[in-house]
Amino acid sequence: MIQIFHSYGNLLLTGFIQTLWCSIIALFFALIIGSGFAILEVTPIKFLRVIAKAYIELFRNIPLLVITMFFYVVIPMYIAKISGFAAGTIGLTLYSSAFIAETVRSGIQSVDPGQMEGSRANGLSFWQAMRYIVLPQAFRYVIPPLGNQFINLVKNSSVLAFVAGFDLMYQGNVIASDSLMSMSSYLCVGLLYLIITLPLSYYMRYLEKKLA
Amino acid sequence: MLSVLGAYSWVNIKFLLSGAAVTVFVSIVSIILSYIFGIIFGIIRYVQIKYLSAIVGFVIDIIRNLPLILIIFFTYFGLPRLGFKPTPLWATIVAMTVFESMMIAEIVRAGINSIPVGQMEGARANGLSYWQALRYIILPQAIKNMIPAIVSQFISLVKDTSLATIIVLPDLMNHAQIIYGQNTNYTIPMFLALAVMYFIVCYSLSLLSQYLDHRLGTSKEDKPEEVAQTTESN
Repeated sequence: MIQIFHSYGNLLLTGFIQTLWCSIIALFFALIIGSGFAILEVTPIKFLRVIAKAYIELFRNIPLLVITMFFYVVIPMYIAKISGFAAGTIGLTLYSSAFIAETVRSGIQSVDPGQMEGSRANGLSFWQAMRYIVLPQAFRYVIPPLGNQFINLVKNSSVLAFVAGFDLMYQGNVIASDSLMSMSSYLCVGLLYLIITLPLSYYMRYLEKKLA
Repeated sequence: MLSVLGAYSWVNIKFLLSGAAVTVFVSIVSIILSYIFGIIFGIIRYVQIKYLSAIVGFVIDIIRNLPLILIIFFTYFGLPRLGFKPTPLWATIVAMTVFESMMIAEIVRAGINSIPVGQMEGARANGLSYWQALRYIILPQAIKNMIPAIVSQFISLVKDTSLATIIVLPDLMNHAQIIYGQNTNYTIPMFLALAVMYFIVCYSLSLLSQYLDHRLGTSKEDKPEEVAQTTESN
């Protein structure tokens, strides 16, 4: 393993950075899209609820690989050339946004309905009540599950290996076939993934205990 | 338009269905195995056997935090070292079982923890041994709480079998890739077929989970949030 780190350190490092980068971009957009759909799911307007529900169920029930491959294979064929990294990140964003939407929705619903009713009765519009009263309380509940979503997102970013996204997993494959030491190269890759996910996971468990 | 019809010719459909059969087989075997092992590991983690529980807990944390693709590679390249030469099918089943049983172990632990301590104390006070109390009082209630979470874990298991195309498991995804690899006109129809097939399987499982959730009345109670947090995976 030390030998792998010694001779392929650069590759591993670029892969590590690429994985982090992809996860952060995907998390950022997935949070925005996911919260948007979560709010749509609890609006009083039925049409918007149906759209949000359809979006969430669609992306929750199709494998990430299928979504990512769609962007990698179909989009360049008919619409525009995009890199593997972009295709992977877009797929990851859409897929995670559905899970984040569900998480945020359960957070919104765990806020006492009296909060919404009270603020409506005090003259706030639905959106104002959502923005200033319900969402701030909801986000407090959903921080630990959102953290778990982020951990999943980092793990799922390994799907970039399928679409030449030059992430950690992809570099791991390259190193494994180059050095002919498959086990130790994958061990190195695993170690680098754990550096990101393990502390996060322990921190989330601590937060869960603290907030409970 | 013709190309679309050609994509759904009987030969292609049959080929896709044979892939779907592999996906379903892998899923079912892994679901059964990971359910059994998951409950065993979850209990071991909960009951605090000296050293053993700590080690199991550590292994669960490690495996849960690794990408599944990596675990598939580990089993595919690692098992030959131990003297087995698995086909992609069995390598996938082993990898899925290892990964998912750790996920389920965590759900089981959270589920058992969500049972009020008074249940155990009461059972002990009534003269049951620790294991009897666990077996007859705690577990039945905990499993009831965990079922929706476990079903959603199985949904992600079904979806994750698609990752095994990387070790050329001849599953649905792999067969679809072979078909559109031969004729690029078939790409969109194949992705449509993939999406529809996975969606049908996963959505019906998700309806089952909602039905069980509703039926068992776990959604409105105060405790299961703890379980729910470990659910939404992958």
